[in-house]
Amino acid sequence: MPAQTLEVKNLQLWRGERHVLRGVEFALDCGACLEVAGANGAGKTTLLRAICGLAYPEEGEVLWKGEDVRRNLPAFHSSLTYLGHEPPLKADLSARENLRYWVGVRRRVDADSLDAALERVGAQRWSDRLVRTLSAGQRRRVTLAGLALLAVPLWLLDEPTTHLDADGQQLVGSLIGEQLGRGGMVVAAVHHALPIALRDSRRLELPL
Amino acid sequence: MSWAWFHRLASPPYVYALARRLTPWFAWPAALAIVGGLWGGLVLAPPDYQQGDGFRIIYVHAPSAWMSLMVYTTMAVAAAVGLIWRIKIAHAVAASCAPIGASFTFAALVTGALWGEPMWGTYWQWDPRLTSELILLFLYLGYMGLRAALEDTTRADRASALLAVVGVVNVPIIHYSVTWWNSLHQAPSVMRLGRPTMPASMLVPLLLMLLGFTLYFVAVLLVRLRAEVLSRERAASWVREALSA
Amino acid sequence: MSSGEGPAVRPGTATFESSASIDRAGPLVAARLALLRDLRLAFRQRGQLVQPLAFFAMVILLFPLAVSPELARLREMAPGVLWVAALLASLLALEFLFRDDAHDGTLEQYALSGHSLTWLLFAKISAHWLLTGLPLALMAPLAGLSLGVPPQALPAIVGSVAVGTAALSLIGSIGAALTLGVKRSGALLSLLTVPLSLPVLIFGARATQLAISGGPLLAPLELLGALAVLGVTLAPLAAAAAVRISLE
Repeated sequence: MPAQTLEVKNLQLWRGERHVLRGVEFALDCGACLEVAGANGAGKTTLLRAICGLAYPEEGEVLWKGEDVRRNLPAFHSSLTYLGHEPPLKADLSARENLRYWVGVRRRVDADSLDAALERVGAQRWSDRLVRTLSAGQRRRVTLAGLALLAVPLWLLDEPTTHLDADGQQLVGSLIGEQLGRGGMVVAAVHHALPIALRDSRRLELPL
Repeated sequence: MSWAWFHRLASPPYVYALARRLTPWFAWPAALAIVGGLWGGLVLAPPDYQQGDGFRIIYVHAPSAWMSLMVYTTMAVAAAVGLIWRIKIAHAVAASCAPIGASFTFAALVTGALWGEPMWGTYWQWDPRLTSELILLFLYLGYMGLRAALEDTTRADRASALLAVVGVVNVPIIHYSVTWWNSLHQAPSVMRLGRPTMPASMLVPLLLMLLGFTLYFVAVLLVRLRAEVLSRERAASWVREALSA
Repeated sequence: MSSGEGPAVRPGTATFESSASIDRAGPLVAARLALLRDLRLAFRQRGQLVQPLAFFAMVILLFPLAVSPELARLREMAPGVLWVAALLASLLALEFLFRDDAHDGTLEQYALSGHSLTWLLFAKISAHWLLTGLPLALMAPLAGLSLGVPPQALPAIVGSVAVGTAALSLIGSIGAALTLGVKRSGALLSLLTVPLSLPVLIFGARATQLAISGGPLLAPLELLGALAVLGVTLAPLAAAAAVRISLE
């Protein structure tokens, strides 16, 4: 079985006239975490989107298990979860319903697993309220529950700790820790550092 | 090798220079052909036995209508090339085509209306050809409107390219349904001439005008393309050099 | 960046170990969930569903008031009026096909789900038709009666409007996907969609006219059906491409 690695080679991307990604390169093995840091506008979000195939780089390639992801994007997508700035939740559904649909489109999830995941992120009490009535921090916790449920090897997270209190940030830390312990990989765009101490965490600074 | 030529064609400074060199080669023959066609059509060709001298507007109307469709097809092909192979210059070509095609369409509509007036007493008839031209005008306007509404150039290029491809696939469908609709209601058609076949004295000037319009289109396209390339590449260093030269 | 303690990565973990057996959802399950989610959301925002229907009724109302209340005259115009009103109401409804999903990132998640985006969009378009096109088709007989349409023509009207609005939802999805995120895109969306919808309008109105006069309406109905089939095969594909372009 080919080693599960994520390789990014010489990624170049222009947004109009701006040269946003200037030859980004890295390789990530199982159990490794990469923190992508940089000021606003440095291209952190663009990098994450270029990796998962939403943005199209002018040059460079992304390799998953040694193969160019463009050859089989659906398979690559099945192995990753991308969380952008905004939680992908419908305001008129409850947290539980949201998870049922969001996760359910990708994998079968039964009521017990849903409960366990909601419990884990501390959302049990308000899981049946409409998302519209939840705070930003609560919505973020719901997406973390979904992240845990999806159980995929690669996580692409855009500023995962936004809106979270200290408790929530610890939650992110432990979730990432578990993911790495399972042999998964995390690429996280951060402003500062992730609130975890990891032995195999690297840092990539994107210049403005 | 041959691929090197093709790759150079995708380079904006090369295209900018090439377009400048090629323009006179199209502009002068266009002028000659149009003058020749107008002379043949307005002066030399005999009047139509049914419509008299009024038919002569066909020498502007028919080539305009033909060009309106040809330019749309060219635009769609360029758009498809840009969309599939991500060649940016192809998008510049498509963007340059649109206003030219819309102008031809408008000219076809106006000349069609002018033709109709002395023949039928009204400036407008819903005959299949005029109706199709009007719909084509809306297709052009939609393309240009979409481009204008999207700020990001890459997204504007790709979105309008998809629209052009979808449009070109629909043009035959639309034309067929309009013809079908028209045949049901037997609306009069202004576009027929008295004779079933056209004699050479009428046909030759028409073909000359068509050739002239085509050459004219290419010449104007080259000029617009240069402006489009300059606008897209305005931050690049070669632009500063080219403009100061 | 502090180093030191942290969960130990087991040496030699060359692959990802997922807990429990992960049962990947197949495309049918995914499409069903996409459809059901849209239906459930629509029922939570019932007010929005009524708007296109109310608009349809209002447009129909305009004609007796602006032209003539004589049923004989209205009957003559009925096919055209019905279909123009249906087209305009569909255009109005198109605006909320992708709007919310584009705004909150759920459309992006569909694009990244590992399933065919074409297929998921087809599910969304189907939900959209069930919520807007089908109710329009069911309302059309009432509108027809108000315009003097004889009762025997009504079943044909329901059928043709049902098929026609399906084709319109499909064709319209392309324009809706192209204009994602564009502010006040209503007029632009109409400009993009109307030329492509004209064949539907022509054949649908003709079928309705023949239904009223009692003529053979098989030909235009078949053409309408052909358009719908063509739409089903090609439109979701184009819409998916348009969505990907918008997400880029």
